[in-house]
Amino acid sequence: MNRKGIVSLIAVFLGLIAGAIIMLLTGHNPIEGFIYLVQGGTLTLERIGDTFATSTPLILTGLSVAFAFRTGLFNIGAPGQMLFGGFCATSVGLGLHLPNGLLVPAMIVAGFLGGALFASIPGILKAYFNVHEVVSCIMMNWIGYWIVYYAIKAFFKGNMETESRMLADSATLRAPWLSNLFGGSYINLGLFVAIAAVIVIAFILNKTTFGYALKSVGFNRYAAEYGGISVNKNIILSMMIAGGLAGLAGVVQYAGNANNIQIGIMPSQGFDGIAVSLLGANTPVGALLAALFFGLLYSGRGFMNAMTDVPPEIADTIIASIIYFAATSVLVERFLDKFLKARTRTSSKQSSDHKGDE
Amino acid sequence: MWHLIEQIFPYAIAYTIPLLITALGALYCERSGIVNIGLDGLMIVGAFASGITVFSLQSFFGGGLWTIMIGLVVAMLVGALFSLLHAFASINLKANQVISGTAINMMAGSLTIFLARNITGSGNIRLQTSLSKQSIFILKDIPFIGPLFFRNTYITTWLVLIILAVFTFILYKTSFGLRLRACGEHPHAADAAGINVARMRYMGVIISGAFAGLGGGIYLVTFSGEFNGNVAGFGFLALAALIFGQWKPLGILATTLFFGFASMVSNVSQVIPELAKIPLVFLKVFPYVVTLIALVIFSKSSQAPRASGEPFDHDKR
Repeated sequence: MNRKGIVSLIAVFLGLIAGAIIMLLTGHNPIEGFIYLVQGGTLTLERIGDTFATSTPLILTGLSVAFAFRTGLFNIGAPGQMLFGGFCATSVGLGLHLPNGLLVPAMIVAGFLGGALFASIPGILKAYFNVHEVVSCIMMNWIGYWIVYYAIKAFFKGNMETESRMLADSATLRAPWLSNLFGGSYINLGLFVAIAAVIVIAFILNKTTFGYALKSVGFNRYAAEYGGISVNKNIILSMMIAGGLAGLAGVVQYAGNANNIQIGIMPSQGFDGIAVSLLGANTPVGALLAALFFGLLYSGRGFMNAMTDVPPEIADTIIASIIYFAATSVLVERFLDKFLKARTRTSSKQSSDHKGDE
Repeated sequence: MWHLIEQIFPYAIAYTIPLLITALGALYCERSGIVNIGLDGLMIVGAFASGITVFSLQSFFGGGLWTIMIGLVVAMLVGALFSLLHAFASINLKANQVISGTAINMMAGSLTIFLARNITGSGNIRLQTSLSKQSIFILKDIPFIGPLFFRNTYITTWLVLIILAVFTFILYKTSFGLRLRACGEHPHAADAAGINVARMRYMGVIISGAFAGLGGGIYLVTFSGEFNGNVAGFGFLALAALIFGQWKPLGILATTLFFGFASMVSNVSQVIPELAKIPLVFLKVFPYVVTLIALVIFSKSSQAPRASGEPFDHDKR
């Protein structure tokens, strides 16, 4: 295991400790809480399936943030991109009458393009006007929030004021065989979309010249430019691909895990993507593993709340503290350095002692 | 038309004030060189703290003015305390300030509901009373201005305006303000001149935390009346106001007023025939879109503090 992996694990550990302390301070039993939290996500086949389903959008938003990070961009706009991508997919699902085999692929494409289009604006502003992408992404989040809010109300209003019409089963990623395999869980084909995305992104980043160009812009944009790489083009493309991945997260969330869009809620999975990416050391496979872990926390919290009286928000609190500890990992790394140095010193001393014996 | 303006004016002001005080705090923070995108979280913490305080005191003292004032003071203290997390991460540990701010936002949203559930059972805290509106003696009878500014105002509005005046003075006319700004523009020069950069930045972040906490508290007692784990994105709007106001006190005053009116127009537009023709969505996205446009227009001549967001490393010259 490499150094970044160790730092991530320590951040998780510290986050869990923080969660335990908060539970203790509010008069709950943390050990009992954690046991039920894990059981809630793994106890039966159905719960395992639910954990996978909860993880699915997190894999994609985590991948989105990680991909942008590699080009030196901070994609904090995943919530807006996810919402807008999900909205585009839902519009296709509700509005177009395509043959059964084509509708879902068309929705996936629409979701990706919607997210990419939405993220292209911060990308262009960054490339040509040097506007910091964090600020423009935050603005875009709220623009997306209100556009989707009113567009759903105007075109696809459902039974309730706060949601869209339901998608037909043929216009979602749900598959009865998969659901039955996991004992009736709401797991769906979205998981395969997410895994495919992980493989494709890992391939792009590690095995193509395009990925190499993206990473060089991230390492040092001036050196990249000197080397003949078009920095502006790569910034915009990287933002668009990241946005497309977040858009896919919208598809798997609103046309897989759910079958309609709730309006008036900023999807928390978008911000969680930052945590997933950080914890996964900005690598695709790392994001996959981190998303599964967060999915476990999220899907187990309901069971924990039912069995104990610990409020379910402890899971969200733990995730937030993990981000904080990942951000402050300097402290951990400093400690780790001292520890490793001390160990190499003693081991080299031992070996020199050994030499002396000979 | 005049009658309508007279009616919506106090509401627009009520909307403006929490934004204004939060943006003013953020101005101090960014001018000292620390980016704070955790404003929303700090406002949520402030709203929660004042909500809990008023909630637990109202059975003893009733929900009068003093109970609410105590609530607001507690909101400031808790906001300042919570902001120390951000200060420690970004000053002592030189962490990525955007990530730290994101962590603050997420933690505030979940931790406050977690605590509220432990205290009230549900995740909401409902206040039985809100701050009462007052008209100011004599001044309220001045024609035109009187009905707009001095009728149906909250005491917090005047409090915030006084704070704005005082802190504008401090920023530009005192040595403390000069030092704080120097740390945001050129920390190495400030350091060479004998200024303790870390301490100045701590001050900036703590002021931001206290003011955002106050902003959240004011939001709760004047605007929403119920705590439910968010402040409707006011913190992000305050961040937009800070940027659109180009990191200047009068700039953010003008911007927050502008946002306040834009929001009120969108809320009453259905009643006014001329405005009802504009789709609501345009009015809602308006503040964010103009901020994006401002970012583009000012991109060549941005007044942003030059060292904002960069950790200060004493040894790196």
